Formats: sequence, structure tokens, C-alpha cells
Amino acid sequence: MTAPVAKVVTRAEVEDFLYHEAALLDEWKLDAWQELLAEDACYYVPSNDQPESDHRHALFLVADDRERIRQRVIRVLDPNCHAEFPKSRTRRMIGNVRILGVEDDLIRVAANFVCYRFRRYERIREYVGSYRYLLRRAGDSFRIKERRVLIDAHELGNLGSVSFIL
Amino acid sequence: MRSYIVDDRERKTFLLDREVLVSEDILRQEMAQIFARCWIYVGHSSELKQAGDFRTRKVAGRPVIFCRDQAGKFHCLLNTCRHRGAIVCTQREGNARRFMCIYHGWTYGNDGSLVRVPGDDAYADGFDKSSHGLRRPARFEQYRGFWFMCLDADASPLEDYLADAKDYIDLVIDQSPSGQMEIIAGVQEYDVAANWKLMVENSVDDYHLPSTHSTWLNFMANSGVKIEPPPKSAGLVLPTKGLAVDLGNGHFTTDNVNFRGRPVAKWIPLYGEAAKAEIDAIRAELVQRLGEERARRVADTNRNLVIFPNLVINDGSSVTVRTFYPEGVGKMHVTAWALGPVEESESARARRLDAFLTFYGPGGFATPDDVEALELVQQGLANWRDDRWSEMSRGMGKEGEQLNSDEHHLRIFWRRWNQLMGTPA
Repeated sequence: MTAPVAKVVTRAEVEDFLYHEAALLDEWKLDAWQELLAEDACYYVPSNDQPESDHRHALFLVADDRERIRQRVIRVLDPNCHAEFPKSRTRRMIGNVRILGVEDDLIRVAANFVCYRFRRYERIREYVGSYRYLLRRAGDSFRIKERRVLIDAHELGNLGSVSFIL
Repeated sequence: MRSYIVDDRERKTFLLDREVLVSEDILRQEMAQIFARCWIYVGHSSELKQAGDFRTRKVAGRPVIFCRDQAGKFHCLLNTCRHRGAIVCTQREGNARRFMCIYHGWTYGNDGSLVRVPGDDAYADGFDKSSHGLRRPARFEQYRGFWFMCLDADASPLEDYLADAKDYIDLVIDQSPSGQMEIIAGVQEYDVAANWKLMVENSVDDYHLPSTHSTWLNFMANSGVKIEPPPKSAGLVLPTKGLAVDLGNGHFTTDNVNFRGRPVAKWIPLYGEAAKAEIDAIRAELVQRLGEERARRVADTNRNLVIFPNLVINDGSSVTVRTFYPEGVGKMHVTAWALGPVEESESARARRLDAFLTFYGPGGFATPDDVEALELVQQGLANWRDDRWSEMSRGMGKEGEQLNSDEHHLRIFWRRWNQLMGTPA
């Protein structure tokens, strides 16, 4: 790691931030989670066969701008969001956190994740992949400018859906 | 001959025997009497742009190579080596002159012909390479870029089979100034823990929209799309009127007055003010090319089309081509693509893809709830022996036109299915 990057941010700081985010998502504290987002935040889940593509050219599973994220949270917290009522129980494990670089005010971060999802009477689903973040420094913490979730599975297959915030 | 439906036109009652959604025996019969007899969607011309391009996929449970040979001709080849049966092409997509089986090295050209057998001097004189090309389905034909295969050599030609569904495919294609639509990169492939036939019903059943998709309606309202519930006197479940239309041979469609916006070409606030001018221009091109009446047909109606048994083309918030196969009685595998005009501008394409995700797909604002509904049906069907019949009589008491929220179109599917299942192959 280059010296300037280390001065701006440490891996421990980023890890603390990602663990905090994971806890909020697993606990369905989505209003608190949204406070971690920058006003220009985006959330992407590319289609499994096009992990490196652009949502303007390829069909994704999720390609939300800030307003769409707001609407997504309204939806998934609504008891009429049937796919998430009763709510899934999720548990995320995050590891291999790496700071890939700093560009202007943005810190580029990658991490591996496993997210287990449980619902009554349903199969256990194991989402495995990597998170790619663009974080912006905000005081002694960060705000999320971009959150990209790459799923390793070749197809969504028996994972079925991404009806919660992955 | 056994019937799985009660189709009582006098008492205006239509019932479906739930055994058809849970029985292994019926699934085995379906593979022979439906999937091995009907025209089944393989892929779209636009997926193979150059000579030598290929895509591998499973069609009706069969691994196939959908490809073009050196002369550009389209083929559908069974992806199975003639020697000992191994898959010969393991990549999802690419461009290749030859497919070599890794086991013993038998090698096939991209037209399916056997071109190389290592150590072929060990075979007797009668061994004929030319009769050992990759097998292929009995029939392989296309309509306006949509390729289908049929395992029944005696089936009627694809265009006859499609019957009036052709008109509705034409309506989708009319969005493109050059008459060419393309499959857009990025495929959504996901399983649903439900019998495949439930997806047929769900794809055209507009009765479920208010209850299953209230969060989507809420999202539309939050996005400035005013959706007024219909007055009681209108007799509608949905904000605007829509019909269910029989297209022959078990095909059917909904045909709805649009209220949810269309990339081609009906602006809604969700698209943003900046999109207005471009959508106006797209619409003006439609009117100029097709005339006012046909342009209205293309731009102001949404249509969910089912080509029997398992191809769905939804021309709604965006265009999706979707197919699904059984993987056991209680599970299906869904493949969904986005379709758009080849000449679409970058901004119009981005809008189309964004509009797709407002409703469709595993991360959309509606499809996950459809999946939930179908999985709840399959779970509930565990009681089928004690609660045997599904009720599908909506609209039977009416003369004349049938609404999208009636069950006329579902009955068309089930009558055709019942007829084919009652006629041994």
C-alpha cells in the first residue's frame, strides 16, 4: 500500500465501517443504514453472467440510484412486500477487506462476503461474492458513494431472488 | 381418457385437478407429450452476430449448442458427443470453428459435422464419419429472429404453429425502425420452487396485480405516476381496461391500455423531465412509419404474450423474453432476457434497462412477489389430496370480450394442455 493512502485511511477503519453496515442490514435497520449513504449513492447487483459490465448497457438484477434505494427501502419494509414478509433472517460474514486505492475524495475498497439467508419452510440460500465500494470520507467515518455486489454463482439459480438489500 | 379439468360451460365452472402440479408421473408425460411435441424456444438471432458465434444452453432439459457455421447459417445441435456422450462445448458463449470433445478428441465443425476422429484407422471400413455428426432436433425454424426447435418431425411448420401469436410478435418488433430487435447483454437465470405451469398462469394473470403488487403500485405513485383505482361501475380490477385474447394453438395474450409508461413510447414522470423530448421523438418516428393507428397500438398498449407451452414475451414496463423449464415437479428454472431495438440510442437503452428493473426480475419491485406467490401455491398444494380442485371460472358467465383480470386465457392454456396430455404421443 502506498504511503498517502495509509495516511488517509486504515484498513481497520474500513473494516469497522463495513461490519457496522453488515450489522444494520442483518438487523433490518434500514433507516439507519441509509444514513451511511452519500446523497449520490448507487447500489448495483450485475447479472451473474456480466459482472464487469455497465448498467446502462447490460441488464442487471439491481441498478439503483439514491432515489431508487429510498423506494426500495420503503418497499422491503412494507408488510405487503410479500417476498420479505415475514422477513428473511440474514447473516453476513465479511473478510479479505482491501483498500485498492484512493482517487480524489473516494476510497476504493473490495471485500469478500458470504450472506446466509433463512426463511421458514424454505431452502437455505448462501450468497457468496465480493463487495466493491467507493467510500467518501465524512468526518471520522465514511459515506457510501457506490456499493456493487458481485455474486460468484454462474447463475442466480436456487438463490432465487435478491429481494432484500444484499 | 382421463381429463384433468372440469370444463362445465353450462354451469360456467372451470376447475383444475391439482394433481397436475404435484405428480411425477404427469411431469414424465409432459416431457413426452408437451415438450417433445411442441415448438420450443431456443434463442434469438441477435445472440449470434457473426459466423462461428455460439451459445450453449438447456432447452427442454436438453443441452444444446445454438450456433452459426462459417457460412453464417444457424444451427441447433445437441451438445453431446456421438462417441461416448460427453458435452462437447463447455463454454457459455463464444466464437469457434470447431467443438472438440475433451474425452477422446472427436471434433465437430460448427455446422455439427464430424471432422476429426483420432486414430480413425482402428475403425472398420464401414465406419462413416458423415453419419456421425452431432445430432439435432428434428426441426429448427425461426419467425422474425425467434428460433424454435421441435423434436417431432411431423409437426406443422413453425409459422402455422404460432398462428395469431405472430401478430403480437410483430407488434413488439414494430418498436424498431428497422424491424430488428436484439437481446441485450445480461441474463437473469433463477429458480422458482414451484411447478412450471404456475409461471404460465402468473405471466398473464392480471387479477393478482392489486394484491400481489401493491408495493409496486405504491412505488409508481411515489414516482409521480398517478394510478387511480377504477370506478366500481367500470367492473375493472385494474386502473385501465385490458383484454384476454385467444391466439390459437394454446397461445394467448393480454392486451391492455397502458398506464405504467413505455420506453417506446409513453412518457411517465418516473423517466424524468429530460427524457420527454426523446420519447416524443421516438413516438413521432412511430407515427411517421406506421401511421397514427398502428403507432397507438405499439406505444399505448401493454401485452403479455404466451407462446404455448413456455415462452413469454412481456411488452410492458420494458420488453422481457422469458422461458422456463421444469426441474422436477416442484421446481422450475427461469431464464429472462431484455429485448430492445437495435438502433436505440444510449440514453433510450439505459431508460429501457432501468424501466425493466422497476418491475421485472429477481431484484425488481414486482417479480420477487410473484415468485413468493407461486412458491406459496406449491407449498399449499401439499394438501392436494384433501383439497383437490383449483378454481378458474372468472369471466365464464360473460358473453363477448374477456378481461385480462378474468381467467379466460388461463383456461385456454389448460384446455390445450389437457388435450395434448390426453393424446398419447
